[in-house]
Amino acid sequence: MWCFSQVKGAVDDDVAEADIISTVEFNHSGELLATGDKGGRVVIFQQEQENKIQSHSRGEYNVYSTFQSHEPEFDYLKSLEIEEKINKIRWLPQKNAAQFLLSTNDKTIKLWKISERDKRPEGYNLKEEDGRYRDPTTVTTLRVPVFRPMDLMVEASPRRIFANAHTYHINSISINSDYETYLSADDLRINLWHLEITDRSFNIVDIKPANMEELTEVITAAEFHPNSCNTFVYSSSKGTIRLCDMRASALCDRHSKLFEEPEDPSNRSFFSEIISSISDVKFSHSGRYMMTRDYLSVKIWDLNMENRPVETYQVHEYLRSKLCSLYENDCIFDKFECCWNGSDSVVMTGSYNNFFRMFDRNTKRDITLEASRENNKPRTVLKPRKVCASGKRKKDEISVDSLDFNKKILHTAWHPKENIIAVATTNNLYIFQDKVN
Amino acid sequence: MSAEVPEAASAEEQKEMEDKVTSPEKAEEAKLKARYPHLGQKPGGSDFLRKRLQKGQKYFDSGDYNMAKAKMKNKQLPAAAPDKTEVTGDHIPTPQDLPQRKPSLVTSKLAG
Repeated sequence: MWCFSQVKGAVDDDVAEADIISTVEFNHSGELLATGDKGGRVVIFQQEQENKIQSHSRGEYNVYSTFQSHEPEFDYLKSLEIEEKINKIRWLPQKNAAQFLLSTNDKTIKLWKISERDKRPEGYNLKEEDGRYRDPTTVTTLRVPVFRPMDLMVEASPRRIFANAHTYHINSISINSDYETYLSADDLRINLWHLEITDRSFNIVDIKPANMEELTEVITAAEFHPNSCNTFVYSSSKGTIRLCDMRASALCDRHSKLFEEPEDPSNRSFFSEIISSISDVKFSHSGRYMMTRDYLSVKIWDLNMENRPVETYQVHEYLRSKLCSLYENDCIFDKFECCWNGSDSVVMTGSYNNFFRMFDRNTKRDITLEASRENNKPRTVLKPRKVCASGKRKKDEISVDSLDFNKKILHTAWHPKENIIAVATTNNLYIFQDKVN
Repeated sequence: MSAEVPEAASAEEQKEMEDKVTSPEKAEEAKLKARYPHLGQKPGGSDFLRKRLQKGQKYFDSGDYNMAKAKMKNKQLPAAAPDKTEVTGDHIPTPQDLPQRKPSLVTSKLAG
């Protein structure tokens, strides 16, 4: 039973392009929630410490830090405009008091350090409190400066900038389980970096054909395996996933496994390839499964079985009879993401009309919910939604033709340990919690 | 764009009409082909992918721009049509035409 918890962002309908949310990600403990937007800004929310008295809900998320991660650039050599939009944010596991995250736009990845300062030194001998230097001749006694508490200040600083390694547009970054390296993937290549080294990166996948006229597929997403530091997967616009083992060779152009569901050739249409393009790939926390999202469905693959997925869930099958219009308005190219819950028992993905869907892998039940300000009293239980494909529309159902295709939920995230989810509409961030008790 | 009525049904089109009954996807494909008869044979292929790879390409030649300015003297340069997507032909982009690329100095509304 999902309840509304919070909503962040402006109420007005006129959305500035910079405010469009482009990525949402919880950190490894779930205490921090980061968002990136088209304007190149990152906003980090922190969960407040649980109030033992108010045990009916878990802590709320409040703004912790916000900074400009990327700025628009122009590549004069190639006449190429580089958007500042944050494509992905990935958190590093916490090693010390500071937090680290990687954020990337189309061309440049940055490592940001977010640190807290809650005390400052006072009582210098040579400086006044306001910073002005004292005349040394007026100093007659010495004192030891001490740290005194101050209002919490959260500072974000760029520690590494990983630039100039991608000719095409970066779509994914993924931190390795060794916590020392990470990969970045663009349309045609995947590079391996060391977090400490910015002037060098290794190319591990290159699918660029010698003759660009022969180009038939691009890389759409990539991710490292959660436990095996030598294994990663990448998905393609043709609906295939390749698993690669970095121990096999330096250049992983030959996959170790190829995951592809056979297609009935008689069912093939103009749209087949476009709707089979995988927009997101995510390993389960266990590492045993991976999930892919294509335009109409979510598929769960067992890494031990390449020839078909073990589970397929239809997200919005009713759109199959609307593909012509969806092609004309470009919606057919929308890239939806997907995510697992902490125990890998439920998966979630977004749809149109600000609807999002959850599929319980054990009970095989699914639910459609809506992110809307209509039910925004805390702890209001969300009412399940239903779309009527054709024929007689029941009360409370919405017909396919009434769906608002401009209200898309492309980015969702699930707290790694609890039933708290973050759902991004175009410019608002919703936080929902499972009803406690 | 007005829908074009298909020519007299050939054997292929007969099969397509049969497919309409069984596959909504094929029905949608027929609709699309009726509206855009010249749509490429390779749907997910090179053209579409190459367009994706070229995202962000903007052409501005300062030499052309300055030459055109000098030639025209006080007259206005031929301006772009309001709904241009690509810069082609006679049009010389002016700084006014190119969208302003300034970083957001405003804090995100999510933090408000």
